[in-house]
This record gives sequence, structure tokens and C-alpha cells, in this order.
Amino acid sequence: MSDFTNDFWNWYISVITVVSILACAVFLWKLTTRKLAPGEKPGTMGHVWDEDLQEFNNPLPNWWRWLFYITIVFSLGYLALYPGLGSFDGTLKWSSTGQYEKEMAAAEDNFGPLFAKYAAMDIREVAADPAARRIGENLYLNYCAQCHASDARGSRGFPNLADNAWQYGGEPETIKATLLNGRNGIMPPMAAALPGEGVKDVAHYVMSLSGMTHDNLRKTRGAELFQTNCAVCHGADGTGNKMLGAPNLTDDAWLYGRGESTIIETITQGRNGVMPAWGEFLGDDKVHILSAYVWSLSNQ
Amino acid sequence: MQQETTYNYRIVRQFSIMTVVWGVVGMLVGVIIAAQLMFPDLTYGISWLSYGRLRPLHTNAVIFAFGGSALFATSYYVVQRTCHTRLFSDKLAAFTFWGWQAVIVLAAVTLPLGITTSKEYAELEWPIDVLITLVWVAYAVVFFGTLVKRRVSHIYVANWFFGAFILTVALLHLVNSAAIPVSFWKSYSAYAGVQDAMVQWWYGHNAVGFFLTAGFLGIMYYFVPKQAERPVFSYRLSVVHFWALIFTYMWAGPHHLHYTALPDWAQSIGMVFSLILLAPSWGGMINGIMTLSGAWHKLRTDPILKFLIVSLSFYGMSTFEGPMMSIKTVNSLSHYTDWTIGHVHSGALGWVAFISIGALYYMIPRLFGKTQMYSVRLITTHFWIATLGVVLYIAAMWIAGVMQGLMWRAVNPDGTLTYTFVESVKATFPFYTIRLLGGLMFFSGMLIMVYNVWKTVVGAKAVDAPVVSPAAAHA
Repeated sequence: MSDFTNDFWNWYISVITVVSILACAVFLWKLTTRKLAPGEKPGTMGHVWDEDLQEFNNPLPNWWRWLFYITIVFSLGYLALYPGLGSFDGTLKWSSTGQYEKEMAAAEDNFGPLFAKYAAMDIREVAADPAARRIGENLYLNYCAQCHASDARGSRGFPNLADNAWQYGGEPETIKATLLNGRNGIMPPMAAALPGEGVKDVAHYVMSLSGMTHDNLRKTRGAELFQTNCAVCHGADGTGNKMLGAPNLTDDAWLYGRGESTIIETITQGRNGVMPAWGEFLGDDKVHILSAYVWSLSNQ
Repeated sequence: MQQETTYNYRIVRQFSIMTVVWGVVGMLVGVIIAAQLMFPDLTYGISWLSYGRLRPLHTNAVIFAFGGSALFATSYYVVQRTCHTRLFSDKLAAFTFWGWQAVIVLAAVTLPLGITTSKEYAELEWPIDVLITLVWVAYAVVFFGTLVKRRVSHIYVANWFFGAFILTVALLHLVNSAAIPVSFWKSYSAYAGVQDAMVQWWYGHNAVGFFLTAGFLGIMYYFVPKQAERPVFSYRLSVVHFWALIFTYMWAGPHHLHYTALPDWAQSIGMVFSLILLAPSWGGMINGIMTLSGAWHKLRTDPILKFLIVSLSFYGMSTFEGPMMSIKTVNSLSHYTDWTIGHVHSGALGWVAFISIGALYYMIPRLFGKTQMYSVRLITTHFWIATLGVVLYIAAMWIAGVMQGLMWRAVNPDGTLTYTFVESVKATFPFYTIRLLGGLMFFSGMLIMVYNVWKTVVGAKAVDAPVVSPAAAHA
């Protein structure tokens, strides 16, 4: 596709560029003076400024002139070979997009068969293959470690992948679906639905589920509110719902941190967790190996 | 008319002193951010002192506060002396001083607060941009007004470069800073997408070409022949390289956008003109260094000349490196690495700072009725500590940059990347240490300069030299 909305701009660019480069050469040629004869001293220009500032009129150094000419010749050659003059593609037909596609195709030829071999295997089998694990680890460290940390133990807001707590399920196929399509984990803000001491009461009930120290009276009051407001997603017993990505509240895995104040914050403001989709960027084959690696972290 | 018999040195003194002050401030911030790269929690997570906010403060302080004040000081000094007349307007000149200092102070407040347009080297928000424009117009009026009332027919070469610098920076600033304000401290660029990027780097590279190169070549063309007491090597060369330099620099911006959404044709044109730029750039170096021919022995004993000539060596080195880095193949390795940081600093420290320091050591005693600085030995000390500092700095960044480029592109036999990004950061740590050391040495040199300037200036009488009559000069 041409970069130009009409042919005028194509000519505009081409003509100005070529004329400008040639003008440099002509300018240099025209302003070159004769070399000094052997033993001849350069004269000054005859002007004096500020008491003693003067100028010799030495000719342009030859090597410098040739350097200038060489860059000009190189430039014209380059613009004949490569795109530069408007919509002229250059005789080599090179383009940055073309180079990218060529390199990607070469990589596909090189590495494609290796990845295809693993893609045909079951994820559990891939996880048992040491060479595949190394590939998986490299992919993990480059694309996942920024959020989930290099030891895969996650950080605040980013799940720990090395334990057995899974928001959306830890089956190999589920992990792969998560990687391919991403996830949007939404905990809605509940402050409006839980007026007064409601938020704090529910928080104490939630704390009781995983055996944290809590206030018994608040827990009792919170239990009722939980059933009407939270159980839809987190389940009547608080063990969560993997279809929705609603976390299990009875274990001790806390995505945003444990403790009363954090839990109150979560209930009041809600949370938005985003796992980006990697399918388009990495492709199915790489995601397959990556899924095996992630699965293996908690299934060794 | 009594005033007309002397040069306006007051404005030169003001800008000269502030050059030293802003040099210390700008380089101190540089040292802090260099340390932050090694110890990210150095400033306790205080947002005003975070790397992302101090970095633009550092670049603005060294380029526009230190470099800018040096250019104002020297251009006002040179244009008066080589035109044999007092400045066109003392009042307007005073306005440029106070206006420019106001711009700097506003930058120092707004940037740490996170008020920024996010355009590199043009981060200041629109109200400050308006002030810059006013100051710059006043600067142009004072400078060109002085040229017009000159008492010699020929315009000295240093003034060509100062003039080109003033005109072009006005153009660059107006075009790149065009923005639509939405509130007093927030605006959006008038351009979008890749056009915005292209305008930004047309500006960015010409800020290097005209602010940091043409302007400082103006300094070179006055102070090198003055200090060497030799005529400029070649008038002819100065004509050719001047026009070639200002013509080709204008085209070179796209090399900052290699392998991006910028169309291939624009990238290629940027690259070839960057290569053509090599000879015009070197013309200035040759003319400066060859001016010394016949007086090489002075380099042994004169530390001011050391600063001036070594600055030209660094200028030659970085203007060779620049065209090489603009070649796409080289750029695909060097881009986004610390090599670029090294390149910039061999220009900023080795060329811009050295030539400014040399010029200041020449001017300051003369502005205060003395023949030389309080201590010439301390100038020599400053020279050596600064030279070693620059060399450590750029060598560390070269090695770090090439290493990063190679690590980022290394691929395993299975097609995965050999190194993660954080591994390249870890591998860079020792070079960050060397860089910090180099930066600290350069900074220490500036402190030596502060002491030397203090001892020279305090108690000295400010002297405005009488205007030299051109007729007497010819006699």
C-alpha cells in the first residue's frame, strides 16, 4: 500500500530529496579552491575582529572533501536500492514489513517442527519432557514473570501459580484456555449493598471461613449478609466458583492480601483483575508448552 | 551615550555565573538518577523524586539551564566584541536573563510534580512554552539588532552559528510545542500518532543539531582562536561546513524512529542524510583543531586550551558515532540500549560541557577585570578529573549497550530468547557502577570550578570593557 494520498506527494518527496543530495555535491564542487603550491603559505582574509581575530584561507582538506563525496554517492546508491524516494520501492524490493515476515517465516521453518511435535502431545506428557520444560520456563520468564514473579509465587493482585489454589481451575486444559483467551476477574464494589456495619460484618464472616481471628458477633451478623449478597458467586459455603473465577474464601490463599483492612477494602471497592490473552501473540503451540510448564509448577 | 562606550558585560556576568550554578544542579540530578538505576529505592519511593520525574529534570537542567545559559553568556559576549558595539538593547537583554531563569525555575517545580507534555526535551507545559517564546523573541531581537548595528562590514563566523541556532530553535520550539490546552497545566499535542512522533524527533534531533551543536560551534569559533592566539584555519571550510551542516541536520530526525510505524521511505531518507552529515560535522572539528597548528605546544601548558581542544575531539568522536548509529543495521542493535546514553553523554559532557567550561574560564576573569582565574592549577585538575569521568562514563555505557543489544537478540536452539530482560539489567549493574563513578568525577570537577570561580569573583570589581574601535583594530 502506498503511503501517499496522491501522486503529487510521491514526486514532491523524490524530487526534493534527490535535488538536495545533488545540491550538496554541486555546492562542494563549486566552493573547492585550488590546492596550495608546495611551500605556499595560506593568506588571511584580511579582516580583523576584536583586536586579533583573523581567518586563514586554507583550501578544503582533500580527504575531507572525499569523505563528503563518498557519503553522497553512498546515499544515492542506497536510495536506488532501498525505499526512500516517495513510493519507489527500491530495486532490492526490501521493506521492513517484508524483512519481518521473512525472519518470522525462517523462524517458523527452523523451530516450527519442534513446537508442532509438542503441540500434538497431551499437556501432561509435555510437562514430563525436560526439553519442553526448558522451553516453557524460558517462555514463562519472558512473558509471565513480570506479573507472576520469576518464582511463580505471584504478587499482590497477581495469582501464585505454584500453589494449588486456582481461581478458574488448575486442569491443564483450563490453564491453556486462561492463557489463550485471558481472564477478566471482577469483584463488584459492595459498599452500597452493605450499608452501616454491613461491610465490616461480612469481612469478619469471611475471616472466620479461613480460621482468622474474628469478632463472633460480627461473624454471625455477616453470615446472613453473605448468603444474600456474596453466595451467588462465592458459593453458600464460601468455597468459590471456578466457572466465574470467584475465589475460594475458605483456604488461606489471598490474591490481594489477608487481614481485616484489606478484606474490607476489597468488599467496599471491589477488584478488577486482568489476565491478558496470549493466544494471538504467542500462538497456540507456544501456549501449549507454556500451559504444561505452568501446570507442572503445582503438579510435580 | 556614556554607556555606548562600553560593552554590556553585566548580562554576560549574570548568565556566566548561572551557567556554573545550573551546571552543578543539573549534574547533581544526573548523579542521583544514575544512582537510582543501581538502587531503585534510593529516594524512598517519594513520587516527586522518582526516576521518571527527575530524568526530564536532569535533561532540561543540563541542556536548557546549563547549556542555554552558556549560550546566552557567550553569544552576548561574542556578538558585542566581534561587532565592536554594545548590545542592541540592555533592557531586552535583562528580560532574557530573568525570563530564562524563570523558565528554569518553573521547570524545576513542574517536572518533579509530574506536570509534563511527555515529549522528550520539550516536556514543559504550554504556559512555560509561551514564556520561552517571549524570551526567545527578545533574544533574537537583541542578537540580530546588535548584528545590524555592527561597526565592521563582515560578520564573524561565530555569529553565523549563533544566528542559525537562534532562528532554528525558534522554529523548532513553535512547531513541536503546538498544543491544545485543556487546563492551565495540561495540553495535548496538535499532532497525532506517527506524525506526532516524527515532529517530535524532527525537533529532538535538531535540538541536538542547533541548540547543542550549531550554538556551541559558535562558542568554538570565538574562543579557540582567541585562546590559541592563532587565526582560524580556513574561512573557506567554515563557509562550506556551515551551510552543509545547517542544511543536512534538518533531515536527520527520522533515524530516531527506525523500525517503527514511520514509513520505510522516511526512515531511509533520515538515514542517508545522517550519513551525509558526517563531513559537515567534522568540518567544524577540523577547523577548530587545525587552528592550533603552529601552536601545538600551548596545549601542554594551557588548561583552557586543553578543555577547548579535547571538546573538539569528543565532538568529532560523537559526530562519527551518530551517523554510524543511524545506519539501520547498527541501529537495530544499539536502539533502546545504554549505547545511546553513552553517545549522548560523549556529546553532552565531552563536547557541550567541555567547550562551555573552557569558554567560561576564558571569560570570567575578563568580566571581573582580571587576566586569569584565581587558580590555573585548579583548572588543570578540573580538566583531568572531568576527562577521566567522561571516559569512564562513555566506555561503561558502550560496553553495557552492546551487551544489552546482544543479550536481547540472543536466541536458544529451540527458538526461545536466551535472556530475560531482567537478566540484562542485572548484567548491566557493574557498568552502572562505573557510570556513577564517572558521573561523580565529572560532578566533582564542577565543584572545583565553583570554588575557583568563587575565589576569582568575590571581592573583584565588575568591569565593563570599553568598546574596541574597529579602526584601531586594523591599525
